[in-house]
This record gives sequence, C-alpha cells and structure tokens, in this order.
Amino acid sequence: MKPRKDAAALLDGETYFLNMGPQHPSMHGVLRLLLRLSGERILECEPVIGYAHRAHEKMAENRNYQMFLPNTSRVDYLGGMIYNLAYCQAIEKMLEIEVPERAEYIRVIVSELNRISSHLLWFGTFLLDLGGITPFLYTFDDREEILNILDRVTGSRLTYSYGRFGGVTQDVDQEFLSMSTAFIKRLRTHFSEYHKLVTGNVIFQGRCRGVGVISPDMARTYGVTGPCLRASGIPYDIRKAEPYGIYDRFDFDVATRNEGDNFARYEVRLDEMEQSCRIIEQAIANIPEGPIMPAKPKKRFKIPAGECYFAVESPRGLMGYYIVADGSDIPSRIKLRTPSFSNLSSMVEVLADTMVADTIAILGSIDLILPEVDR
Amino acid sequence: MPTPTPTTIHDLLGNTWLVLLVATAGIMAFLTVNTLFLVWLERKVSARMQNRLGPTEVGPAGLVQTIADMLKLISKQLITPRLADKPIYHLAPWLIFLPILAAVSLFPFSESYVLHDLNVGLILVFAFAGLTILAIFMAGWGSNNKYALLGAMRSVAQNIAYEIPLMLAALAVTMHAQTMSLRGIVEAQADLPYIFVQPLAFVIYFISGLAETNRAPFDIPEAESELIAGFHTEYSGMRFAMFFFAEYSNMFIVCMVATTLFLGGWHGPFGLPGPVWFFLKVYGLILLMMWFRWTFPRLRFDQLMSFAWKILIPLALFNLLLTAFIMKVVA
Repeated sequence: MKPRKDAAALLDGETYFLNMGPQHPSMHGVLRLLLRLSGERILECEPVIGYAHRAHEKMAENRNYQMFLPNTSRVDYLGGMIYNLAYCQAIEKMLEIEVPERAEYIRVIVSELNRISSHLLWFGTFLLDLGGITPFLYTFDDREEILNILDRVTGSRLTYSYGRFGGVTQDVDQEFLSMSTAFIKRLRTHFSEYHKLVTGNVIFQGRCRGVGVISPDMARTYGVTGPCLRASGIPYDIRKAEPYGIYDRFDFDVATRNEGDNFARYEVRLDEMEQSCRIIEQAIANIPEGPIMPAKPKKRFKIPAGECYFAVESPRGLMGYYIVADGSDIPSRIKLRTPSFSNLSSMVEVLADTMVADTIAILGSIDLILPEVDR
Repeated sequence: MPTPTPTTIHDLLGNTWLVLLVATAGIMAFLTVNTLFLVWLERKVSARMQNRLGPTEVGPAGLVQTIADMLKLISKQLITPRLADKPIYHLAPWLIFLPILAAVSLFPFSESYVLHDLNVGLILVFAFAGLTILAIFMAGWGSNNKYALLGAMRSVAQNIAYEIPLMLAALAVTMHAQTMSLRGIVEAQADLPYIFVQPLAFVIYFISGLAETNRAPFDIPEAESELIAGFHTEYSGMRFAMFFFAEYSNMFIVCMVATTLFLGGWHGPFGLPGPVWFFLKVYGLILLMMWFRWTFPRLRFDQLMSFAWKILIPLALFNLLLTAFIMKVVA
C-alpha cells in the first residue's frame, strides 16, 4: 500500500486514506498508521515507524561498554531497570563475572517493581484509550509509589542506570524493603477495586472480548512475545523457560489465557502483577546480607573477541542483547531485540477488517513503546 | 432564572420587541453563567472521584477558573483551515448556539416563571434540540478534515438512532398528561411524579438523553482517543468555546426535560420555592451524568447503534403499547 504514488488509482470514491499519527492523542508515542478505510472499517493498515529513531545501536559502536549503560534504560523508558540490568548481565556473561547474592536479590526486587509499574501505566492508558479516564489516575497514584521506592535507592524515576557490571550501584536499606512490602499490601487491596471498577464492566467487556484476536500460529509467525503471547495460550516466559539471574529460586506461575483477545491480554497483565508481587515477597524474605559488588570491580576492561546473546523477560516480552566484541573496549556491534517491534508487526494482520475504534483498543492492548520499536 | 411571566413583562415594557430583547439577554446571561458553573462543577466532581483537587487557584475553591479560561478562549486566534468550506464552517458555531436559546425559553421554572407556554412546547424543545445535529454535521463537513467528518458522520447516525427512543419515551408521558404543554405536564404531576408511573420510560429517556448530548459513555462523535476532537477538531478560540457551551447547555436542556416530564418540575415534597426544586432536580440529574462520564469506558460505534435499534427502540415501543393498553383497560 503506497498511497503517495498510485493514490489516484486507489481513490475509487468508496475508500479513503487516514493518517493516524504520528501526532494523535492516543498513539503511544509517535507511531503512524496509514489506514485505508471504507466508512469506519479498516481495509488495510500499514504501521509506519522511525519517528523516534535515536540510533542507539549505532551509538553503541562509538563508546566503550560502560558508556553505553545509560542508553539501555532509554530504549524502553517504562522498563528501564530491566533493560539496564539485562545489559549488565550480558556483559557479566561475556566476562564471566560472579555477582554477589545480595545484588542478585536486589536486582530481582527492583526488576519486578519496574514490571509492576510498567503494567500499571499500561492499565491506566489502556482504559484511557477505551474512554475510561478515572482508572488512569488511580493506577498513576499506585505507580507513583513505585517510582518513589525506586527513586529512594537509585536516585531517578525512569532512567535508572542502577546496574553495574557485577552488581548494583547502591545498597538497599531496611526502609526500602518495608516500603516495598507496604506497597504490595496496598496494591493488593487496590486490585479488588480495579476489578470492581473495570473488569466486570459490561461496556469494557464488550470492547475487549473477541476483539483483536492473535492466534497462536500468528503469534509464532510474527515473533510475538510477552503478555501478548501468553494471552494466546503459549506459556512462554523466559523467567521460567531459561531462568536468568536467580529466577529459578522463586515460586511463581506463568499467567496464561487461551482467547488471544484484548480481554485475555488484560487479564494476563493483571495476573502478572500479582505474580510479581509474589516474587518480590519471596525475595524480601530471603535477601541475605553481604556485598553488592564483587571484591574487585572491573573499572577498565576489554572484552576478548566473541559474541554473546542474552535475553530477559521485559514487561512487553522477550528482550535480547546480541553483543559482538572485537577485543577492544568498544563493542563492535550491539543488536537489540525488542519485543514491541515484533508485537507491532503482527498488527498488519490483526487490524485488517476492524473498526477505527478497535484500532486504538487493540494497539493499546499490546502495550507498545515506540522508542523501543525504533531504538 | 427569574424571568417574569409574559403578562408582567408586557405590562412593564409594553412592547413586544423589548420583551424579546430582555428575555433573550436574560436567557443568554443565565446560560453563560450556568455553563461556566457546570464546567467548574464537572472539574470538581471528576477531581473528587479521581483523588485530585481540581481547580483551586483562581477565586474561592477555583470558582473563577472557568471565567479565566473563557477569557483565554476569547483572546485566542480564530484559525480557519485553508481548504475549509468557509460559509458552512463559519455558520456552524452560531447554528449550534441559537436553538439552545430558543429551547430554554420554553421551560416552566415554576408556576409563574414561564416565558412561553405553548401547547406544543414539548415538540418544539425536541425540534430545537434536533437542530444541533445539523450544526454538528456542518462543522464536520465544513472543516475539511477526515477526523471531523468521521465524527460528524457518527454524530448524525447516533442522533437519529437515539432521538426515536427519546421521543417514544416522552410520548408515554404525554399519554398520561394528555397535553404537550410543558406547564400542563408539570401540573399533571402535582400528586405523583411520572417517574413512579413510567420508570422504564425514564430510564430509556435518560440513556437516550446521554447519547443525544454526546456524553460518556456515548461520547463517540468526539471520542478524543480515536477522533482527536471529532467534529470540532479544527475549531479554535471562541468558536470552539461555542461548541463547548452548546454541549453543556444541551446537557442542561436534557436534564430540564427529564425534570419536567418525569420528576414533577417545580413540585416538591415540602415547601421550598418552585424554582429551587426545579434546579435541585436538574442539578441532581447533571451530577448523575457526570458520575457516568467519569466511571464508564466508551462504547464502540456499532455497539452503540445496535443498542439503540435492537434494545432501546423495541423497549420504548413496548412501553408505549403497555401504557396505551393499561390506560384503555383501567380507565
């Protein structure tokens, strides 16, 4: 579909083109959708990306391994902590650095807090896309608490740069742990409120059930991962499938649904928040005393020629770093495998033959982060 | 609104044109102040529901905030899109504004405060309310913007669909009252408001009224998450303010009709002045509308249409038949 050149041939008096975005109040970021519409029905949909391209991968080739660290949390600004720590873990894998126990537990706690904050923001904005404004402010209130907790230990609210090769920058104190415990307690009471306000609502169910179905085959074809994949009935979570860090020590379930529609994705994310709460509780109960960095942290280092792939479960799905080292202190190439990009590619098929109003709902339900798509 | 009865005002001024002038000015002043208050109220109510404070800075409890906002809108540049259909584009804000003035002049605020008591008052109110849809379509078409056009298309379809149950519900009331004069209908409810006689009609009327005024969960023509601002996407400054004004005034009219038809107008269970009762009821309904807006997500367009054609209209027809049957058999 290339309307710029052969637009005249396509203008048959029945259909028309609509540019949705890059500036549109409910596009999450700067996605542009080129829609061919017949009335309100979408005949074709072409996502146009690249408006938030910041050349992170190219920047990686111009600076040493430490200097790329702040970039990582800016790729996905809602899962900054997880991206950050994943990069550290990838480098640790290449250099074979041993991470102290306490640092591993801290990493799990902050990662899962980050995951909950991302899901909370998604919950609010998804309802906003559906026209329900009030839940947005409730979830932002809860999310604010997480940001305060993380701010306390990392010193920033979104782009943390908290990980270091071999550990984390700051140790957590008792106050941090008790704040996290209190937050989980508070979040659980709020969950029942959310369910009352949103989940059972007839209008909400009408907008979500059976809308935007991603079949398991479609999910596999496009490489859909994360909650979207699990909502299609495939219980694939890297924390379980290939446990990294110390995730194999925790008892938690992989939330799945079989329908693959908006409602399934909604339920999977809500369940995931509960599972994250369980992981944090276990981590807080078992966190040992001890150092948070190795005895001799690597200040300046070169990585011998070789390559490494390291994948983690980000709030949006499989997030992988593919790092190629050439023996110097500057990476030869860093490739970011980001979940939103693959999830977005499935939209060409999913959005065809839906209503304009559903476009927003479906795009909302797959939880896109545009800077992560463009990188 | 203390608009004197026709006789008093005629006696005072002795000139029909002067009467018209005073009445129009009175209604405009009242509607403007009322809209400003409603916008403030909506902000405060939504803030209370969302654990926020709402406007607090300008005036006591932020009461003057909306006046400041209006001044801002007045001072803003009026932008006309280059490819707009200019006559239609410029006319639309006025056309949405004028029928509201006419409609408000018909309401009996109490036994004596009636400007025009026509024997077809109810039909006229619906006719004036129906005119706003024309203005919305003109705005959408004249803007030459696809989002505006989509919004206008939705609006026309929605208003046609919801006007039918709206009128069918009102018709059931007129069958009881045996009159279409708004004053007559209120007088017929001196003992018992029609909401107790016609609960189903009230529910149908209120739902359709929400849709008629494009209020959530039926705010589909201006669904900001889909259509940016719908039919008024291209309007700025005071022209936008007029659409905004019309939206709130329409909401007010729908609630006034509901009060007149179902809640017994100026009648109350104990002795307060008529207009006080009338406005208490109207504002009660408006608060209900606001509560809906800040609680529910939005329906999808096709769901909205099937809800009107498949559920509301059959229900309203059934209610009408039932009313006719009971009245014939019982009476």
